[in-house]
Amino acid sequence: MADLLFHQLLIPLGYIVAIVLPLVLAVAMFVYWERKVIGWMHVRMGPNKIGPLGLLQAFADVVKLLIKEVILPDRANKFLYYLAPLLALVPALAAWAVVPFSSKMVLSNANAGVLYLLAMTSLAVYGIVIAGWASNSRYALLGAMRSAAQVISYELAMGLCLVCVLVLAGSLNLTDIVNAQAGSKGLFDWFWLPLLPVFVIYFIAGVAETNRAPFDVAEGESEIVAGFHVEYSGSAFALFFLAEYANMILVSFLAAILFMGGWLSPLQGWVHADAPGWINWIWTGGFAWLFIKAFLFAFMFLWFRATFPRYRYDQIMRLGWKVLIPIAIVWVLVAGCMKYFGWVSIGMGA
Amino acid sequence: MNSITRYLKSLLLLELFQGMGLTLRYMFKPKYTVRYPMEHIPKSNRFRGLHALRRYANGEERCIACKLCEAVCPALAITIDSAPRESDGQRRTTRYDIDLFKCIYCGFCEESCPVDSIVETSIHEYHFELRGENVVNKTQLLAIGDRFEQQIAADRAQDAAYR
Repeated sequence: MADLLFHQLLIPLGYIVAIVLPLVLAVAMFVYWERKVIGWMHVRMGPNKIGPLGLLQAFADVVKLLIKEVILPDRANKFLYYLAPLLALVPALAAWAVVPFSSKMVLSNANAGVLYLLAMTSLAVYGIVIAGWASNSRYALLGAMRSAAQVISYELAMGLCLVCVLVLAGSLNLTDIVNAQAGSKGLFDWFWLPLLPVFVIYFIAGVAETNRAPFDVAEGESEIVAGFHVEYSGSAFALFFLAEYANMILVSFLAAILFMGGWLSPLQGWVHADAPGWINWIWTGGFAWLFIKAFLFAFMFLWFRATFPRYRYDQIMRLGWKVLIPIAIVWVLVAGCMKYFGWVSIGMGA
Repeated sequence: MNSITRYLKSLLLLELFQGMGLTLRYMFKPKYTVRYPMEHIPKSNRFRGLHALRRYANGEERCIACKLCEAVCPALAITIDSAPRESDGQRRTTRYDIDLFKCIYCGFCEESCPVDSIVETSIHEYHFELRGENVVNKTQLLAIGDRFEQQIAADRAQDAAYR
């Protein structure tokens, strides 16, 4: 009985902590990195006072948020008001269960991993909608409605992009999808090359899904103050913040896994060096490659924010429905042809 | 044909990549930031900051209570009362108050002063902790003048050729 408890409960719990704790830390450092990068791109310095190079800035902000009061607006729905941040955060963390960090490091090697991911990322919009409605504020309601419409439309484009990947890989399992990208031509075997337009669309849709600039009309500081989370303060706001950044990191990891070969090395098949084990991952691949790729994608989020002005709401809808979705549908057919006629080589197992 | 090339251009995201290239270049540029309390930018000798009342070298206060500054002040920040001095009967101010909340730091008081008594120094860092401290009186103004006389005189000397 004790043995069963150990294997069924404690070990998975340990794995969960081992994923969530670094994730929360990563979010903190990501916030710091965002402020730093955007500062540099504005020819400023960014935070540099708290800790060496300002590294502890994010932790100071966390402490500040946690000791602040959570204000409940007048005539707000108390239950839903407090539930909403959790509804936003829990799917953002739960989605990490199926993310494979290397060929063996995965919490749940689910066969329908992609399906689970789609379900979890779709759930996040409920947190936003409920937050906007339960706040009893016009700004929040407007932000929530914008966000809901935007997330639902871009989910279609994103889903179609994933269909292309699934067609090529022939599997819904994320580990299998990465293994299908292995081959002798290194980074040219990955799915980004045959699926280039879809890859771009996936990332644009990912930015829109996470309500980030230039698609951040849900927040829209200049029009609706802060959108769905105007009324939130203190730790409730911190949860929304955490969820948004966890989602950004998730989208970055997924872009790396689905299109950029996950933990595979871009030099695979090109270099056959007999190196000692600790440096071997550069050629054979390992979780470090996944982290490097995900970091680059996460950097793109910040880069976009520093570069592009915010879209108008109707422009977002036009881009999603009239540009991204048609292209994605066409590329589903192209991907089908690629698979059927064998235009691309699909590796199975590195 | 034109519209087709436009479509292709926008589909290739060329302009977006141009913009991103620009921000990337700026990311590595030297930063404009001045770490303020530690670093300062150069200040003009005409800088108009906190006020002061000056004295002559023999210690006699310059102000003769002509009230030109009070008259010219567009914000009505200066209040002056005057009376003959008890020791020698000269006309002097008994009260010289400047409300720093009203003051707009235009420098008219300094320009109107026939004896170069009221001046605006280059001090720009000062604060009040209590209500009412924003009104500085004659004693305080003279003290500021005594303390920064060297700086005040140097700034005036530099600018003298252009006045």
